[in-house]
Amino acid sequence: MFLLLSPWIIGFIAFTTVPMALSLYYSFTHYDLFTDPRWLGLDNYRYMFGIGDAQDPNFNTAVYNTLWIIVFGVPLRIVFAIGTAMLLTRPRKGTNTYRTLYFMPSVAPKVGVALIFVYMFNPATGPINQFLNSIPGITAPLWFYDPTWSKPALLVMGLWGVGDAIVIYMAGLLDIPRQLYEAISIEGARFWHRFRYVTLPLLTPVIFFTLIIGIIDGFQYFDQAFVSGNVASGQSQVLGKPQNSLLFYSLWIYQNAFVNFSMGYACAMAWVLFLVTMVCTAVLLVTSKRWVHYGGGLST
Amino acid sequence: MTAAADVRRRQIPAEIRRRRMLAAIAEHAILIALSLCFLLPVVMMLFTALMTDEQALSPKLIPDPFVWSNFKTVFHQIPLLRYTWNTTLYAGLSTLGVVLSCVPVAYAFSRMQWRGRNAVFLLVLSAIMLPTQVTTVSLYIIFARDLDWTHIQWIGTLKPLIVPSFFGDAFSIFLLRQFFMTIPQELSDSMRVDGGNELTILRRVILPLSKPAIAAVALFNFIYAWNDFYNPLVYVGTNPDGWTLSLALSSFRTLHHVQWNLTMAAALIFMIPIIVLFFAAQRVFIEGITLTGVKG
Repeated sequence: MFLLLSPWIIGFIAFTTVPMALSLYYSFTHYDLFTDPRWLGLDNYRYMFGIGDAQDPNFNTAVYNTLWIIVFGVPLRIVFAIGTAMLLTRPRKGTNTYRTLYFMPSVAPKVGVALIFVYMFNPATGPINQFLNSIPGITAPLWFYDPTWSKPALLVMGLWGVGDAIVIYMAGLLDIPRQLYEAISIEGARFWHRFRYVTLPLLTPVIFFTLIIGIIDGFQYFDQAFVSGNVASGQSQVLGKPQNSLLFYSLWIYQNAFVNFSMGYACAMAWVLFLVTMVCTAVLLVTSKRWVHYGGGLST
Repeated sequence: MTAAADVRRRQIPAEIRRRRMLAAIAEHAILIALSLCFLLPVVMMLFTALMTDEQALSPKLIPDPFVWSNFKTVFHQIPLLRYTWNTTLYAGLSTLGVVLSCVPVAYAFSRMQWRGRNAVFLLVLSAIMLPTQVTTVSLYIIFARDLDWTHIQWIGTLKPLIVPSFFGDAFSIFLLRQFFMTIPQELSDSMRVDGGNELTILRRVILPLSKPAIAAVALFNFIYAWNDFYNPLVYVGTNPDGWTLSLALSSFRTLHHVQWNLTMAAALIFMIPIIVLFFAAQRVFIEGITLTGVKG
C-alpha cells in the first residue's frame, strides 16, 4: 500500500508541504533572493493591511478587482450556463451540434482567447465596436483602453469559455427524474413553478460545485488579465493596465515576487489568499447544508 | 405505445400546437444566435491570420487578398518550431507522469482498505483547492537556489514543470478514484481468491475497465499543460529558449513587434492541436467533465 501511495506521499511533501512551510517562513521576512532573508516579524502583514505607518498602495485595488470579477463573473456564468443547458436538454434536432459549438471554446488556451478578444474589442477597428457604433444612439466603450470597461470586457471573454459548465449542467438536468415534472404538471404548474420547485432544487448540488470551483478560480484569476493588459497597452513591464483596473490579486503577487523580487511580501500575500480561500470554502460547505439538496435523482 | 401517443397528439388543440411551434422557432433562433457568437472569435482569428499587415489594422473584416503565406512567414519571424517542441515536451511528459503516478495512488485510495484512508484522502481533496501561488513562490526559490549543490539549474528549464507531475496530481487522483469506486468489488475478490496480489488486480481488473477514465485524465492533463501559462511564465519566463507557445504568444506583440496577422496565424497553430484533440475525443471530454461535476 505504501509502495502504491509513495509517489503521492513524496510529491505531497516535496511540492506542497515543504513549499508551504517555507512560504510561511518567508512571509515573516524580507527576502530578495540575493541576500539572506531578514526577519521582519509581522511587518509584511502590517504593510498589506495598512496597520501602522504605511500601506501597500495597490493592495486594496487588487482585492477590489478580484472581488469584482468573482461577484459578477461567477453568478453570470452559472445563470448563463443553466439557461443554455435548459435549452439544450429539450429533445430537438441539432442538440449535439450546438453542444459541440458551445463546448469547444472552453478548451481553448486562455492566452489565445485573450489575444482574439483584445483584437475584437479594439475600439477603432474591432468588429464589436463596429457593430455597436452602427446602432444609432450608442457610443461604444473603449473596452481595454478604459478602466471602467476593461473588467466587463473580461466578463464577455469569460462567457465565451462557459461551455464546460454548460456540459455539467446538461448532465445535471438530464439526471432529474421525469416523474417529478409529470407530477407537478398534473397540478397545473407553469414553467416558472416547474423551474422553481423541481429544476432549481435538484440542480443545487451542481450549482454548489460550480460555485466553489468558480470562486477558487476567481481568486487566482491571472492569465486573461495578464495577457490582455499587456497586449492592449503594448508593454509588459507594468501589470494591470489600464490604470490598475486589471491588477488582480494574483497579478500583484506575481509582480511582487518575480518583478520586484519582494519574495517575503509575495509569500505573505499568497498565505492570505490561501487562508481566504479556505475560509470561503469552509463557509460554503457549512451553509450548503441549508440550500443544497442531495438525493433526488442525483447520485452523489 | 405509438398508437396511444398518436391519439394523445391529435387531442392537442391547434392553438397550443401553434404556440409550441412558435416557441420552438424562438428557441432555435436563440441557439443559432448563440452559435454565431461562439463561432465569431474563431472565424475572426482565421480571417485575420489571412490578412495583410495593413488590413489587419483596418476595420475590414474579410481578407482581400487571402495571404496564405502568413503561416509560412511566422515560422521565419520567430522560432515557432522550438516553442512547439517545448510545449509538446511539457504536455507529453507531464501527462505521462500524471498517468503513471496517479493510477496506483487512486487504486490505494479506492480499492484497498487501510486505517486513516478517508482522513488522508481529505488531504488530497484540500490540495485541489490550494491556490498555486502559495507554493510557486517558494518552489521558485527552491529551484533557483537550494538545488545549487546538484549543479543543475532548474529555473529556465522545463524541469520544474515536468518533474512534479511524476509525483501525483490531486485532481487526477480524485477523478480516477471516483471511477475506480464504481467497479464492483467482487471482480477484485475473485482475483484475490485465485491468489493474485494487488498489482495483478490493478493490472488485470482495474486497468482494462478504466480506460475511459484514464483517457479523460490524460486528455485533461495534456490540454492543461499545453494551455498552461502561469507555470511556464514563472519557471522559464527568463529563458526564451525554453518558452512554450503560450509564453511566446503572450509576448509576441510587445517583444517582437509582430503584426496582428502573424500573431493570429501563430495563435491558430497553437490552438489547432487542441481543437483536433477536442473533436477526436469529445466523448471522453464530456464523460470526464460529467464525472467531476455531477458525481462529485
